[in-house]
Amino acid sequence: MSYLPKSPWLVHYDASSCNGCDIEVLACLTPLYDVERFGVLNIGNPKHADIFVVTGSVNEQNRSVIENIYKQMAEPSVVVAVGACASSGGIFRECYNVQGGVDLVIPVDVYVPGCAARPEAIIDGVVQALDVLEQKHMDRKKGAVGSV
Amino acid sequence: MNILLLLIMFPFVVAFVLLGLPTRQYAVRKYIVVASALILSGVSIYLAAQYISGGPQYFSFDAKGADMAILFAEMVFAGIIIRLSLKHKQYLTALLMLIGVALMLGYEIGLAETVHAREILFVDNLSLIMALIIGVIGCIIALFALGYMKDYHEHHPEVKDRTGFFFFIIFAFLGAMYGVVFANSLIWLFGFWEITTLCSFFLIGYSQKDDATKNAFNALKMNLLGGIGFAGAIIFLAYNDQVTQLNQLNGLSSLLPIGLLAFAGLTKAAQMPFSSWLLGAMVAPTPVSALLHSSAMVKAGVYMIIRLSPVFAFENGGAAVGVLVALVGAVTFVMTSFMAIAQSDAKRVLAYSTIANLGLIVVCAGVGTYQLYWAAIMLVIFHAIAKSLLFLSVGSVEHNLGERSIEHMDGLISIMPKVAVGMAIGILGMFLAPFGMLISKWAALEGLVNANAALTIFVAFGGAATLFFWGKWLGKITMVKSAPTDFKAKVSRLEGISLGSLAVMTVLVCLTFPLISRYFLEPLIADIYNQTYLLGQSNVAILLLMMGLMLILPLTLLRSGKRSYREQYLAGANTAKEQFHGSLGTTHSLTMRSFYLSNIFGEAKLFGISVVISIILIVIMIGVGL
Amino acid sequence: MKEYIWILFVVLYVVLAPFIGGLITGIDRKITARMQGRYGPPLLQPFYDVFKLLQKENMAVNKHQQFYVLSFLVFIIVAGSIFFAGGDLLLSIFALTLASIFLVIAAYSTFSPYAYIGAERELIQIMAYEPMVILTIVGMYMVTKSFNVADIAAYNGMLFLKLPAIFLGFLFILTIKLRKSPFDISMSHHAHQEIVRGLTTEFSGKELAYIEISHWYENVMLLGLVFLFFASNPILALLIVAATYFLEIFIDNANSRLKWQSVLISAWVVAFVLGAGNIAVLALWG
Repeated sequence: MSYLPKSPWLVHYDASSCNGCDIEVLACLTPLYDVERFGVLNIGNPKHADIFVVTGSVNEQNRSVIENIYKQMAEPSVVVAVGACASSGGIFRECYNVQGGVDLVIPVDVYVPGCAARPEAIIDGVVQALDVLEQKHMDRKKGAVGSV
Repeated sequence: MNILLLLIMFPFVVAFVLLGLPTRQYAVRKYIVVASALILSGVSIYLAAQYISGGPQYFSFDAKGADMAILFAEMVFAGIIIRLSLKHKQYLTALLMLIGVALMLGYEIGLAETVHAREILFVDNLSLIMALIIGVIGCIIALFALGYMKDYHEHHPEVKDRTGFFFFIIFAFLGAMYGVVFANSLIWLFGFWEITTLCSFFLIGYSQKDDATKNAFNALKMNLLGGIGFAGAIIFLAYNDQVTQLNQLNGLSSLLPIGLLAFAGLTKAAQMPFSSWLLGAMVAPTPVSALLHSSAMVKAGVYMIIRLSPVFAFENGGAAVGVLVALVGAVTFVMTSFMAIAQSDAKRVLAYSTIANLGLIVVCAGVGTYQLYWAAIMLVIFHAIAKSLLFLSVGSVEHNLGERSIEHMDGLISIMPKVAVGMAIGILGMFLAPFGMLISKWAALEGLVNANAALTIFVAFGGAATLFFWGKWLGKITMVKSAPTDFKAKVSRLEGISLGSLAVMTVLVCLTFPLISRYFLEPLIADIYNQTYLLGQSNVAILLLMMGLMLILPLTLLRSGKRSYREQYLAGANTAKEQFHGSLGTTHSLTMRSFYLSNIFGEAKLFGISVVISIILIVIMIGVGL
Repeated sequence: MKEYIWILFVVLYVVLAPFIGGLITGIDRKITARMQGRYGPPLLQPFYDVFKLLQKENMAVNKHQQFYVLSFLVFIIVAGSIFFAGGDLLLSIFALTLASIFLVIAAYSTFSPYAYIGAERELIQIMAYEPMVILTIVGMYMVTKSFNVADIAAYNGMLFLKLPAIFLGFLFILTIKLRKSPFDISMSHHAHQEIVRGLTTEFSGKELAYIEISHWYENVMLLGLVFLFFASNPILALLIVAATYFLEIFIDNANSRLKWQSVLISAWVVAFVLGAGNIAVLALWG
């Protein structure tokens, strides 16, 4: 059994966005939703985090940042793309300066729809990400056993 | 006795041999210095082995001729100093020197016929400890200086190469220090005392640059002032109490001479308000600083005050003088620890920390109970070793990096790992638990609570500041940073050996301190106080356990666990290693600067007020004796 | 038999302190949540966090940092063991200081700007609380004539009655030691901070778990110090310890973070007025 799903810590990066989804992510922390019920902490540091929550679309400026934050997370980790922009580029998809969704840069495990995504949807996405996290943990363990 | 005379005279003989040697004879000089350093430390150890369990022993001989010789030497020195002072328009120095000489002449003419010191030399365990410090540490510093001075003249072509003269002074200094710690006759003690003053003057002014000369005269002035106090005390003692020996300072008719002797000790130990001479002494080549700070000069100052400790403890009214001495030390400890925070120059930090630690020793010696006596001597030992290690490693770093600011020591552990480890051991030795200084600080706290709880307040605040400035320095050198590719550290073999042996000694004295206490301190203290200080067995065991952990834990560094390495978190803006994206497409390298808190702890804020307080305290201290 | 009872205490401390410390942290988080009108995490959440961290990848910036972090943990345990063995209180505090310096060095060694600022601020915190800690011990010695925790605990009478000002001063710096707002300048237990995670920014997985466990050990020891003030009446003492911790949580939630200047100056003023004042009173009329 792993403890990962009991203590998912988030790092939240707001890419090129209208900040709608950004605010909704923060809303999850408020007393109304209180994600800390599930042990979720918005930790703000990739080195401590298990789940990378990205809002907003990718552009030339933040491409390297997303990549960098992703690289600095300790295994196992999952990526949740929150909102239409993060998932696909959203309504900005065709803009000259927007490249598209987060999955252009890093592998995304869970897509949360919405413009902006509702807090309930975000929490649901994170909870789904927990299963992926658990799965990755198991794979890692198996891999480690296999390699020995 | 002959061995004592040998230790005093031998360095002087070596000194004159080295002076006679032409400057270019580096190889010959090297052999002479190495050989005599080995002889001196060997003889010091032999001396310690021979006298360690004998209790204090006094040696009397007819010293009329020697007294005259000392007086004559004093006159010659005075002549040199007065000429130099006049040449540099330092009239105050000349005046002070004149007063000192006049006092001594007056003594010889007026009093020397009636009172004689009989027991000229003596040796007890404190002398032995001091002799070991001078013999071992002093000699290691001399060895280090061999390599260092060669580099020094390569780095400073504008300074005239007077290496022969340099080593002449170093060895004369060592001889004079032996004289100070073995002299029982106050006249002899004073003679050697003044020689150390003159030696430090020449060493500080070695480069003959303007600031060096200025600081040398500054040091000279302050120490001559202390010397005048000393001379006054000698005359007073001889005239009023017919006392001419260090071991006769009991049952005095007045405590004024004790105040004056303490004053002399305070000037030499660079206590407030005289701290500036030791700070100014930083202009000298690093081995000089190491010598002044660890084994010679300032240690003579605290040696004097430790010698007075029993007087403070037992004499009627002595406690009042003692408390004031302790207060001067306490103010010095707190204020200089504070001011050290705001310094970025490594040598200045070390200087302030030396003054602070001497302050703590003065606090202990000033109160002078048996516990504090123990703490004071332990502080002297631990400080001498750790501080010389620190100075010498700073010297090596300075020659390699061309800078001695702590800000430039970022990542020293990656650039010069061995020197950095040595420096780290020195720093740990200065302020953290299983290491020496903290053991004695602990004993000091314990002793102070019993004797005078108010003084613990000073120790509490000063100690906290100490943590801060050592901590940030330690942090700077332990940063792991990629080394510049074109950098190659150059540390000569002699330098490496001296640093290595000092680092080993720093750890070793911490492991063997119960033995040092048992064989050196306990007999000494039992002799004076009829009781002795024992650290609890269980506490010693815990300390040794902690020391063991400190030695074992680094072994985990060797373990090659499965680990993956990532760059520092830089808000996702990393570019290459230790670099990040700035605004407008620029790239920056990581650099970090320390806190100096100069708005709170700057010299400008604190120096003036500490000088005022300490002058008032010293005036009262001398006044109380009346 | 009686001479060896201390071994039992040490074993109990080493084994139980993490559980007690973790539970206290769990209660802390629950109460904090309730104070903010939230439901809060499960009581055992701190344990889940630590177990999770132990299961994560072993990731580092350099080879040295794990050594420092491990030393931090080891010396915290040494400090606490000395304390609960009834040993010398000063020695125990010195060991604790040594441990704190190891954590600071660990942060420095990573050469990371956020950890660096955290480390410097942590040093300021250490400098801020150290005088009051020393004065607390001095005060205890003046009353009980011993530095030994065993003797202080066995003192016939309530220390608090002789050391009321020192107790208040100690509560003040306890806020710094427990890393509670307004004094959590070097690292915060709350998620967000202007310097990312401060001191702990560069540690992850196992190392972060060690740091968390060390804090549990440390907190138990600090609360043990609070206990000492009332040791003559153990039940009252436990109640006071609980009340103290509740007060700290309250302060934590009612304040925002201060600047380092305010932390340093206020802690020193408190140490000087309450600590030194109480000692002066004891020295004059004790």
